This record gives sequence, structure tokens and C-alpha cells, in this order.
Amino acid sequence: MLALLRALWLILLHTFKKRVTVQYPEQKPYVPPRWRGRIILSRDPDGGERCVACYLCAVACPVDCIALQAAEDETGRRYPASFRINFSRCIFCGYCEEACPTYAIQLTTDYEMGEYRRANLVYEKEDLLISGQGKYPGYNFYRVAGVEIGGKAKGEAENERPPVDVRGLLP
Amino acid sequence: MATIYIDGKPYETKDGINLLDTCLSLGFDVPYFCWHPALHSVGACRQCAVKVFKDEKDTKGRIVMSCMTPVADGMRLSIDDPEAIKFRASVIEWLMLNHPHDCPVCDEGGECHLQDMTLLAGHVYRRTTLKKRTHTNQDLGPFVNHEMNRCIQCYRCVRFYKDYAGGKDLDVFGCHDHVYFGRSRNGALESEFSGNLVEVCPTGVFTDKKFKKHYTRKWDLQAAPSVCVHCSLGCNTLPGERYGTLRRIRNRYNQSVNGYFLCDRGRYGYEFVNSKIRMRAASVKIKGAAPADEVAPELAISEIRKKLNGTHEGGIIGIGSPRASLESNYALRELVGAENFYHGVSDTVFNMMGEIVRIIKDGPVAAASLEDVREADAVLVLGEDVSNTAPMLALALRQASRNAPLAGLAKFKIPHWDDAAARNAMQGEKSPFFIASFTGTRIDDLASEKPYRTAPDDIARLGFLIAHELAPESPGVPDAGEEEKSLARRITVALRNSKKPLVVCGTGPQSIHILRAAANAAWAIKQAVPDARIAFSLPECNSMGLALMDFSSGRPVSEALKRVQAGGAKAVIVIENELVESIGKEGAEEIMSLPCSVAIDFIATRTSQLAGVALPAASFAESQGTFVNNEARAQRFYKVMQPQNKNIQGAWRWLREIEAALGTAKQCPEIDALTAELAKKMPQFAPIADRAYFPPPGFRIAGMKIPRQPYRYSGRTAMHTHIGMVEPKPPSDTGSALSFSMEGFYDASKKQKIPSALLTHYWAPFWNSVQALNKFQGGVGGPLLGGESGKRLMGASGSDPVYFTDIPEKQKAPGLSGANNRGLFAVPLYHVFGSERLSMENPAVASLCPEGGQPFIAASPRTLSALGLNKGDTMGLEIGGTVFEFKTVADEEMAEGLAGVFVPENGNIRADLAGLYSKLPAWARFL
Ligand code: SF4
Ligand code: SF4
Ligand code: SF4
Ligand code: SF4
Ligand code: FES
Repeated sequence: MLALLRALWLILLHTFKKRVTVQYPEQKPYVPPRWRGRIILSRDPDGGERCVACYLCAVACPVDCIALQAAEDETGRRYPASFRINFSRCIFCGYCEEACPTYAIQLTTDYEMGEYRRANLVYEKEDLLISGQGKYPGYNFYRVAGVEIGGKAKGEAENERPPVDVRGLLP
Repeated sequence: MATIYIDGKPYETKDGINLLDTCLSLGFDVPYFCWHPALHSVGACRQCAVKVFKDEKDTKGRIVMSCMTPVADGMRLSIDDPEAIKFRASVIEWLMLNHPHDCPVCDEGGECHLQDMTLLAGHVYRRTTLKKRTHTNQDLGPFVNHEMNRCIQCYRCVRFYKDYAGGKDLDVFGCHDHVYFGRSRNGALESEFSGNLVEVCPTGVFTDKKFKKHYTRKWDLQAAPSVCVHCSLGCNTLPGERYGTLRRIRNRYNQSVNGYFLCDRGRYGYEFVNSKIRMRAASVKIKGAAPADEVAPELAISEIRKKLNGTHEGGIIGIGSPRASLESNYALRELVGAENFYHGVSDTVFNMMGEIVRIIKDGPVAAASLEDVREADAVLVLGEDVSNTAPMLALALRQASRNAPLAGLAKFKIPHWDDAAARNAMQGEKSPFFIASFTGTRIDDLASEKPYRTAPDDIARLGFLIAHELAPESPGVPDAGEEEKSLARRITVALRNSKKPLVVCGTGPQSIHILRAAANAAWAIKQAVPDARIAFSLPECNSMGLALMDFSSGRPVSEALKRVQAGGAKAVIVIENELVESIGKEGAEEIMSLPCSVAIDFIATRTSQLAGVALPAASFAESQGTFVNNEARAQRFYKVMQPQNKNIQGAWRWLREIEAALGTAKQCPEIDALTAELAKKMPQFAPIADRAYFPPPGFRIAGMKIPRQPYRYSGRTAMHTHIGMVEPKPPSDTGSALSFSMEGFYDASKKQKIPSALLTHYWAPFWNSVQALNKFQGGVGGPLLGGESGKRLMGASGSDPVYFTDIPEKQKAPGLSGANNRGLFAVPLYHVFGSERLSMENPAVASLCPEGGQPFIAASPRTLSALGLNKGDTMGLEIGGTVFEFKTVADEEMAEGLAGVFVPENGNIRADLAGLYSKLPAWARFL
């Protein structure tokens, strides 16, 4: 009996506390920048696709919801011919972003992804690729890597010496 | 046996090997680069350092390269010694100084020995700020990609390419930290073993150029044990699939067969599985209407039933195939009855195969496995151009050519694995090695004296002479010339003084005399040297299987044609065979014009286009079955992937469905039941039901199947979602103990052994590269822990030889001079890239076919000038009543008076040429 009255009293007290419910969607809650929401593929500072189709995000993904296929353009630059994320499976763990060696795949602060049809949660490359650099500006993997691509010959990457002259005997 | 102490604990180990081999065999993870189990040690990379102590009291010890230190009884060493660890970490740090930041775009990534060793040796952080050295790359042709920046100067590539495989055009250039591994200029690698660089190079310098076009990481490839279909040797392969297409073929280690390597035809020949020439739907030809209409499978079957109505009692003939599995051939033979079953090969091939089976079955000399060949120490090659018909046999022979001098190194106390020292001490010395051939071969450099170039019958006569020299009871060659005789005598002495002599022959020259002569020679050598062997090269991957089906009562396809002409048949079923090749265009048309003609094949052929009903069969990658290789070793291949659509199924299943539709209702069993049935009905195949070699479908480890996919197979929940949101259940495989899944038993630990026949990939903790294989072997380089994965069907008989007595006459000198008798002797030529139909579907393979993929006639310059021809002219030859016109090629090495005929086996070759080889060798009239 006493417990019951106590409970009623507590509930009554709560009516005078500050409300936590937010008037979503009119009022948006604060999300920190490191929020793990909708995933995007970003571009490098030169506007090229950052993703080099290395498959590391796919293998890191614990629910295996990333499927892609690598391709190469005529200059040797590797990119994903197709890139698909099944968001109906994604648990937004962020492992893909952590695994990505090029800062291409990034989780964003957007969480408004509700759909009536599950199939609409399958995002293809054109749904994922944005035109900017996302959270990590400045990095361009191909400027660091040793492979030759269009516009960057051997020895022109950062921290590289010009190609060796094999016929030279000088030390 | 020796006892050694590693970090204080005693271990038993083999004598005579090096410390690295010992440590790896015992299961220790010692990092290494330049050492390779087949290439042995040179001590170039300094990565394998361990510490060795003088005795118990020695606490200081000294650092040695484990790969260069022989094991000794009572030796004490430490792998975990802090100084050794530090040394190894600093070596890898040097090696990585110039290494590019490439892993994400490097095809080696995920199966990179350098990645593995970097982690193993504990180098995780780049301290240097120096600029990196760079190199320009070369275009090395269609098979191998070059990215020199990634090189760590381990020298494995040149040691494989030059020393092991005899290649001439890959080398090391430059000096100090500028050394460059490549060719002297851009251009396709010439060796037909170049693809092995991909597996031999521990880094991403050499990667698979075809794989690059549809790149997938190792962890995403679904694989199953398979057997190469591109020649008769039956090399073991691991094909990998992703998203429904075959992506690459890798070597599957089998110590008795291919060991660590594959040839480029086997590695790059798979493209036909994905190609346009695949039949993907059943089709029925409505009378008069061509092309045929595609129909549902059930309709095709009911069409066959309608047409066969009443004829199935003896009226159906079946034509089996040397390309189809034992199971498919057997299902056809059961369907039509043994008396109506014909071997889909030419008369020549049929007779040769019958003779080879008799030689192996009834003769006293066992057929050599590739391992036997690698161990031989004296070789006689009679007629066969092995580099072009059975490439891996040529690679094995190259190893044999080192064995005699290698054995002599004991007196210098140089262990066989000390590769640089051994090669230096041998000074290019070779085992006794004799070659008799029509023209130059790519193993000529192994010959101990100038190869004997002559016509097929004269090659046979040499064999008979040798046999007679060794065993007088074998028939002699009465009219032999002095030159022939003295050559035979020299060969005889060399063979008699060897320990493991080997005679090599095959069906390439299409001469039964050569086969008999080789058998006589091998049998005669056996009298003097018990370990003599004979090796055969055969036409197709299952030639031996088909020949063994009815080795005493079989019939070739020409008999079928006769029967059709006599009106003795109303229906024909052909499986996986191009009849035009074995019986010519007219013959094929006649057989296929029966009221009911059915072709079951995985590619569209001329035969399938002629057929009333064509049914799409599964290729080797989509089906399961058994092939029998050149030494009569039965080997199982498993489904790598599901067929691309529901219409496609194994030929055997189509045949069982036809049988069911005809009312002779046999249940349509699982493939394994069919294999068991076959083994029971035909005693010669009994070993293929041996569960120790071929685990049953019910086989489980810890209650689990063996997965086709690696544990880290990715994308499962996204790869089907463009079709539908419901994730399909993985296909079930009731025919084998493999699952189409990443779930199941996979463990590299030596306690629970996965049977070798079911090993789908090599992986162990810390070992992502192909070198994880070490963990699956009893001792490094030795047999697999999971037992053998194939079984010999027959060995030597043990009875006394019954020598062949049919000695051919000396080949008449060709009548080049006389105006009326303008005769040339036409012999068949082959090329590794060009003489095999399926591999030619890969444009990369086709691009390496000689003379731009056009047919040609090769003759010696003297013969050409006697005929008044220049190279490049068109030559007309009348062979067996038909006139052929080909471009002429001058061939310095070709024996006088011979015309070597080469016709590539690509899909668009003229129909009249397709059957040409079945007419060779033959006298031809020069027009
Ligand atoms: S967030 Fe996690 S679950 Fe989602 S795609 Fe990335 S790795 Fe996969
Ligand atoms: S990890 Fe990054 S670069 Fe690699 S495939 Fe994924 S998104 Fe592309
Ligand atoms: S060779 Fe190995 S370590 Fe070097 S870039 Fe390629 S994957 Fe990375
Ligand atoms: S190319 Fe590869 S195999 Fe050759 S030396 Fe360099 S790392 Fe070694
Ligand atoms: S593996 Fe021993 S030095 Fe290279």
C-alpha cells in the first residue's frame, strides 16, 4: 500500500520536471560530427573518386552488406565499377570507414533513412558517391601511392625519387 | 633422423635439410623470402635469421641464415632470441624502405607474402623519411603485369624463370639498389611457364594480368579442387569464382603431379567458361529452319522422346568423348548400351590409345608420374614435342636433366638445396638426355648431344635399335645404318648407367610405331635398370579414361559412321565432342543427319550446330566428375560454382533424364552414386570409389562440411539485392562434402586434417599468401597431410615383356627432285598456345598463337628451295585426296623432306581443316 502511494507521488513529481521528448521532425536533435549515419563515398581534392576498390570495407563489414567490383580505367587508375551497400543490413558500426585506406567511405550525420520498401534501402554507387571530400579534406591516395595513373607518372608521387636509370652505374 | 633443440625444447627432424626447412616443417613461423621449397636456398634476403649456439654452455650464440645452415644432430638454436628477432625486424625494415604505398591497389594484397612477413617480423611503423626509389614498368605481354616499385630483390623470379623453367628473356639488370627484374625490352614473356611468376614472386611485382581485368581479393573467391582440362597431365588446380563468373586459376599442390607450378595454358585457359561460345539454353531445330530455336529443357527432352519413339532398342548410337568425365561417358554408354557406344576419336588416336593402355597394363614398366619424371636421371624423348603437347612434362624433364650431376655433388659436400653452390659446381653439366624429333623443340637445350631430327618411322627405328642393344631378345633393325646404330649405342650406354632412366613418347606424332618402339626400349632398359619408367603424353584430359572404358572391345567413331551409312542406326547422341575433328566434315554431317541427333556440350561446336537437339552441359567448373590422366591416375574435380542458369546441367544428368524419359527409368541419382555405380560395373575403375582418396558426400569433420568460401568471404548480404531482398539459401551440394558457404570446417592445424582432395584454399593464421601451403604439408615440399588426392588405376604388370616386332621400314627419301613424284611427308605440329580448343577462347592465349593464328606449313630451307618456294609463299599440299593451301614457314630445324603442318584450333577455322590432323602423318603431294 505504501509502495503504491510512493510510486504515485513520484509520478506526480515528474510532471513538473523538464521534458526530454523533442518535437521531431520539426525540431532536430543535436548529432555530433562523428555520428555514424548514412554512408557515402567521397571524392579526393582533385574531384576524382576516392574509392580504389580495394575491398577492405567489404571484408571488414561484420554483416557483409557491402558488395563491389573493381575496374581500371585506361590509365591504370582503379575504381569501383559497381558499389552497393544494403542498408537494411547495415548496423552502422563504422568498421568500413575504419578499414578504408583512402578516406573514401565515410559515415555521416544523416540518420533519416526510413523506407516503406526494404529494396529502397539498397544503395548503388550513384546513390553513395557525393561530390565533396566529406569529413577528411585534403587526402588523395593516388598522390601517395607508387602506381602510375593518368596525370601522374612514375616518380611523381609524394616523397618519391625519379625513376631509376637501370643502365646507369653511378652509385 | 636428427634431434635438435629449438629454444630449449628437443625436436626430431630429417637429416640433410636446412634449418629453415626444418623449422617450417616443425610448424614454426620463421619469416623468409628468397627460399622457396622448389627453388631452394640462395641466402639472398637475410630474412630467415635465427641464432645458433655452440653447446649448452654457449649463451651468446651467433646469428645465421637458417636457409643456408644444414641441420646437425644435437644442434641448438633459438628463433625467439631477442637479438634474432631484432635482426629480422631490421631486415624487413630495410626491405620496406622503398616499398610503395600500394597495398589497396595492389593485386597481391590479401595474399601477399611481404605483408605476412612484415607483420610476422614485427615491422609495423615507418620511421624513415627518405624519399622512395622508383622504377618504370614493362609491358610483359598478355599474362603477367609488372610493377617494379614493389620489388624486394629476393631473386626468386629469375631463379624460377631462368634456372627452374629454362626461360631466357627475364633477367636482372643494373646494380646496387637499382637492380631491375624484367626483360631487356618491352615484350611478351616467352616462357610458357611465365604465369608462375605470379605465385613465385612474394610481392606484387608480378601479378595476373587476366585476373586484373575482373579483380577480386583472395578472400572473396569461392573455390573447389579441380583438374586442368587443357592437356592430358591432369595438373591440379584451384579455380576461383565470384559473382557467377570464373575469375582465375591457381595451382593446387599435388606432389605426385604438378607440384608447385602450372603452365600458362592451364592457368589462363579458363576464359571459355565465361565466354560467348558457351551453350546456355537447349535448342531444337525445326525441320528446315536454321538457326535452331531455344526451348525449355523439358521441351527438348520431350522432343527427344518423340523422335526416339520406338528406336531406343539398339537404334541409338552414343559417341563418347575424351574431353568428358568418366561419369558422363559412362552414363552415355549405359543409355545406349555398350555395343552402341563409340569413342569420339579418330582411328589413329583410337589405335594409339589402345596400344598405350596395353603397354601400361600388360608391360613390366610403370607409367611415370610427373614426380617420377622430376626424379629421373637419364631421358630419351622419342618424337613427342612435350613443350607444346604437355607443357608441365617439359618442365619436369628440365628438372630431370639436373639429377645426374646433382647426385655427383655429394663428393664436394654440397647439399642439393644449396642452390647457387650446386649450380656453380655443376657448371652446366646435364643428365644424359636424348631427343629425337621432327623439328626443334623448346627442350633442345637439355639434350646432351645434337637432337636427332628425322621422320616418325625413323624415330621409331631408333627406339627399336636401342631396345635391341639392351635386350637382344627384342627385335633388331636389320637394315640400320651406321649412324643410327652408333647413336643407339651411345644412348644405350647412358641409359644403362643411370639409376632412373625414362623414355618419353606420346600421341603427338600420331605414330603407333613410335609408341611401340618406346615401349620396347623402356622394357629393355628395365632388364638392366629396375627403376625404368615410361611417360606418355596423350591428346585430351580424359583420353585415358575413355580408352579404359572398353579397352578391348571399343570402337572408334569411324565404325559409327559405317553403321550409319549401312542404315543401322536411327538416332545419335554425342557428348562434349567435335566430330568434325575426328571424322571430318562430311562424316560429321552424315552422322548428325540421322532422324534424331542430340549433341550435349558446354560450348557450341560444329557438331552441336548440326544436331537436331542441342543441350547445354556444365563445364568442368560447374560440375563434378573424374578424369584419368596420362599415367592412369584418376582424379576428381568438384563444382566450383553453380551453372549460370537452370538450363545448364552436367552431361551425365541430361543423359539420365533422357533415359528416364524413355521409360528405361533409372532414377536420376547424385553424381556420387553414379561414380559408385561406374566403379562397381567396370572393375578397371574400381579405385575411383576408394573413400580414402575420394571422400564421400557424407564426409564431415566435427559434423561439418568443408567450405568452398574462405572465412572472410564478403558481401553475402548485398550481392543478391539487385535481384531481390530475400537472400537466397546457399545452393546445397548433395554430391560432395563441400559446401557453397563460408561455414564449415577449415583449419590448418595438423591435428584435424582436411583430405587433400577437398582442400579449397590455403590459409593459416599469419599466412595469407599461397605459402600457407607449408602448413598443410607433412614436411615442407613433401606430400600433403591430408593424403593423396588421386589414385592410380593401374601399375606395371610384373610379367615379362612381350616385345613388339613390327619394325617400320626406313622412311623413303622424299622425291623432291623428280618432277612427277613431288612427295613430302606431312607431320603434325603443335603449339602450346593454339593446339587446344578451349584455351583459345582466351584472347590472350590466342594472341600468342604462332603466325598470327593462321595455319602454316613448316619445312627446312633446303626443302623449300628444292621446291622452288620462298618462305611466306602459299604452298599447296594434297593430303589423302584433299588439297590444302597454307602459308610456308622456313624452319631451320625441320628434318629434310618433312612438311610440318600446323592448324590452330580456334573456333573460326575452316571446317575442312578441322579434321586434317586425323589424316596425319601422311605422304603429301606438293602441287
Ligand atoms: S557500418 Fe558496419 S555494417 Fe555498415 S557497412 Fe560499414 S562495416 Fe558494414
Ligand atoms: S575500403 Fe575504401 S577504397 Fe577500399 S573499397 Fe572500400 S571505400 Fe573503396
Ligand atoms: S606487394 Fe604486398 S606489401 Fe607491397 S603493395 Fe602489394 S600487397 Fe602491399
Ligand atoms: S620481382 Fe618479385 S620475385 Fe623478383 S626479386 Fe623482386 S620481389 Fe623477388
Ligand atoms: S630465406 Fe634465408 S636468406 Fe632469404
